[in-house]
Parts: sequence; C-alpha cells; structure tokens
Amino acid sequence: MADVKKIATRESYGNALAACGAKYPNLVVLDADLAGATKTGVFQKAFPDRHIDCGIAECNMTGIAAGLATCGKIPFISSFAMFAAGRNFEQVRNSIGYPHLNVKIGATHAGITVGEDGATHQCNEDVALMRTIPGMTVIVPADDVEARAAVEAAINHEGPVYLRFGRAAVPVINDNPDYKFEIGRGVVLKEGKDVTIVATGICVAEALAAAEKLAADGVDAEVINIHTIKPLDEELIVASAKKTGKVVTVEEHSVIGGLGSAVCDALCAKQPTQVCRIGINDTFGESGPAAALVVKYGLDAESIYAKTKEFMS
Amino acid sequence: MTNLELQKTANEVRKGIVRAVHSAKAGHPGGSLSAADLFTYLYFEEMNIDPKNPKKEDRDRFVLSKGHTAPGLYSVLAHRGYFPVEELLTLRHLGSKLQGHPCMQETVGVDMSSGSLGQGLSAAVGMALAARMDGKEYRTYALLGDGEIQEGQIWEAAMFAGARKLDNLVVIVDNNGLQIDGKIEDVCSPYPIDKKFEAFNFHVINIDAHNFDEIRSAMKEARDTKGMPTAIIMKSTKGKGVSFMENNAGWHGKAPSDEEFAVAMADLEKIDEELKKAGE
Repeated sequence: MADVKKIATRESYGNALAACGAKYPNLVVLDADLAGATKTGVFQKAFPDRHIDCGIAECNMTGIAAGLATCGKIPFISSFAMFAAGRNFEQVRNSIGYPHLNVKIGATHAGITVGEDGATHQCNEDVALMRTIPGMTVIVPADDVEARAAVEAAINHEGPVYLRFGRAAVPVINDNPDYKFEIGRGVVLKEGKDVTIVATGICVAEALAAAEKLAADGVDAEVINIHTIKPLDEELIVASAKKTGKVVTVEEHSVIGGLGSAVCDALCAKQPTQVCRIGINDTFGESGPAAALVVKYGLDAESIYAKTKEFMS
Repeated sequence: MTNLELQKTANEVRKGIVRAVHSAKAGHPGGSLSAADLFTYLYFEEMNIDPKNPKKEDRDRFVLSKGHTAPGLYSVLAHRGYFPVEELLTLRHLGSKLQGHPCMQETVGVDMSSGSLGQGLSAAVGMALAARMDGKEYRTYALLGDGEIQEGQIWEAAMFAGARKLDNLVVIVDNNGLQIDGKIEDVCSPYPIDKKFEAFNFHVINIDAHNFDEIRSAMKEARDTKGMPTAIIMKSTKGKGVSFMENNAGWHGKAPSDEEFAVAMADLEKIDEELKKAGE
C-alpha cells in the first residue's frame, strides 16, 4: 500500500473547519492550548475572530461553548480525546447533553496511535463514555474524505456531536465519486457471505486488507464501515449478521463500551449472533511508534485476519 | 421601583420559595432565601427582559450557577409573569416543568440548565463572549454560591473572564457563609473571596445582600466599569426572613414540616405587616 495517499484525520478536522468557515458564519472554534496539535490552527489563521483559545482548562472551554450555543453559535471544542471526553465527561453531560445544546466536540489523538506519549494520553474509553449520554451523536471517521464530510454533517446536525479523530496518518479509502456521508448510515465496503467484519475509524482500512487475505483463503468476508456509532445503523448490521451468521468487530478502543459493545447490544435483541470483538482488551496502552502499537495490540490487518480465521474455525 | 416596593416584592418571592419547597417536600430553601433580594432586584429592576418574549434575542442573560437554589429563581420568574405563581406548588413533582435544578428546556425564562456546581459561570462567560463577538449590548449575570467557589472550574472561568476583560459580565457571590457540612471556613475556606476575584482581574464590590441601596449602587458601578468584569460579593443571611432557618446550615436542603411551614409563613406575613406600616 506504499502508493496509497495517507493523511491523519486530525488534519482533515482542521482543514474541514477552515473550509466551512465562510459558509457557516456562526461556526466558532475553541481550543485548550492545543490548536497546533488538533490542527484547528488552520481555522484560527483564516478566522482569528472566531477562534477562542481557552488555555489549559478543558472544563471551562466546554461550559463556554455551552453558553455560546445558547446565543446561536455553533461551537466546536477541540482537544485530545482523553480530555475532551475523559476529563470533561460531566461537563459534556450536564452543560451540553442535558440541555441538548448545539455543541460539537472535536476529539483528536484518540486511541493508542497517539504513540510515544503513552498511556496517559491514549484514550480508549471515549466512545464508551460519550455513547451513554442521551441525545449525543458519536462519529468515528475512517479517513480524510469521511472526516471532512463528517465535520460538515455535524455542523448541519442540530444537537451535540462527538467526533473522534486520530493523530497518525491513515490511508484514504473513500476517495471515490460515489462516496456519500450520512449520519447514522453504515457503508458496505465489500459484500460477502461467510463472515461480517464491522470496523470503525482507522481500523476500517486494516479490516479491508484483512478481508483480502481471507479471500485468498476462500473466506468471503463482508466489510462494513460504521462511522456513526450512535445512532447505530442496526438495520444494516442485523441484515448482514442474518446473512453471514458470524460477526467480527474491529476498533481502536476498549472492547468494553465501544463499537463491539454497541453491535452486541443491537444483535442480542434483534439477531443473536456470535461476535468476536477485536479492540483494546481492558488494558492501558504504552509508549511506542503508532504503527508498532497497532501490531502489538492486534489491530493490524494480519492480526484481524488471524483472529477472524480462529473465530471461524 | 422604590426600595419599599422591592422589599415587598422580595417578601412575596420568599413566600413563593417556602410554599414551593413545602409542597415539594424537598429542595433548598436556605440559599434561595439568602438570594431572594438579589433575584428580585435583577428581574424587577436591573435586567433587560420581557416575560412576554422570554427568548428575546437581545435580552440580558442570567445563569444560576448555584442551581440548587432553583426555588428562588422559579419564584421570581413566576412573580415577574413568566408563568403562573400557582405553578410553584408543582416544584419537583413528577411531570412538573419545575425540575429540582434549572432546566432550560422545561422552564420558560431559564437561560441555562445548571445544578452541577462550578459549571454555570463558564456558560455565563460563553454568553458574555457571544455578545462581544456579535457586537450586542446585552449583559450576563451569574449567581454563585460561596461554597460553590470551592470548585476549580469557577477559577478557570474567572481567569478567562478577567483575561478577556469581559466587562459585560457580572458575577455575584452569595456569601451566606454556610454549606452542607457547616461553615465554609471550617469546611474549606474560600476567604478572602474579594481578594481572589481581584487577583483574577475583576472589579470587586462588597455589599450587604439585603440592602437594596447597596445592590442598586453595585449594579450601577458594574455597568460603569469598563475593561474588566465585576464581582459583587454580597454578605447574606442563609434562610433570610424565616426565623428558624436563618443562619442554620441544616436548612440548606430540606423542606419544612406542616408545622414549620405555618411558622415560616407567619414570619413572612409579619414582615409584610412591618413593610405596610413603614409605607404608611
């Protein structure tokens, strides 16, 4: 895949905000001293009057965004997932979720691909936290195309949205003219009949590569990209599970409370199916290069392939 | 309004608080009563609001950061005409528009949901910031508890407001000196409160919470203050107006029994009579 274009979804986040600035005059962007890292600096440069750096005070940033939203602004608060969802959880719940305010949370540096900073900054719990908040939409884009589309969709969606972006560059897989992003609508990237692989975020590209390996072994895998974890496209997942009878979920997040849990929640009620959840197995991450961590924690194509084979045997 | 009219209105607001909390069999009378004069001054004198058009774009905003004193806010909103006074008796009942803590979607006139201490001031800062970004004249008021300022987020918000010179923001601290576990200085002293806000680049005014001349002059001084936000630290009596609730931490968050309710209402009726005499 050496010739595939790669870009980090946090870059897409900053670029999309800057691209939307002129079209949406009520769009404002808030940071907590991380504008360089969350890539919102691009927006700041283009629209300095609509960028607010709150300093290292994420909880206050969240409250300020709530106040701005009551006055008609569409605020995006930006920080690392660890702080945007973790430190901030109760502020997001009570100051944004409960009053259902039109605040968007742009959480970058999610998951273990934060890399060298290590476990304190590798948030594998944010999706679990955010999806429990009533009325919260949770989106995990897979690549640059999807991330940019998700930002604009979030602007046009009335209500709170949590958007999860990564630090490391990932392959662009949705660069085709037919690509359409719709909140809550999963995308079948490859049809198959033997097993369903449901992936989200940066794991979607790895899942596609794993499906190719499986095909070489005669296993016909269906690959579904679930960019919206809440509301979940239950219809699509249930239909696929009905067809294949086996489901594998893949996410750069704890297997507790994330995509895997969401899929199980849907299937146990509507289509009881055996599910193999691939993700971070109830453990903290560690320092290291992102690519090496992906392999160590079993989220690369080879690991997904091997676990799926084992699951099916 | 004259001071006497304000006092009479504030006494009606206090009766509404006591009735609502008694009817709810739960709630927070102490801090509602200590701030009743302030609620009255804000809604009857200070703020540019219109109960007939509660979402008016250019209205002044109020955030009850110490959200547990919702009965005080609800009572003043009802007496100001946002909804019928009788509705106060539904406080905390199942299906009521008057939730235990303020909910902006449920209650007309509530500008921000609150109740989790420490969070309201940040929202008020966001409102003040929005006014500045849009070149609007409206002002934002936030009422904080003196125990509430033990929350770290208050000082994040204060630092931001001071740094951004938000002179359209007025922070009021209800310094009744008591919190659930006892005296604020015994639990975890926030004193000196005025010096702390000064250090965060606020213009600070110390007043008596139950003196309308002092409230009036502080609000004017806040309007005249340019280039920095204002903090009004008002020394108050928790449970003000109800003899057995005054200066008693036990009345932070509990409802009077039927007998206690009768005594409380008699106390407030007596104040009515005194005010009537003073007017003659």
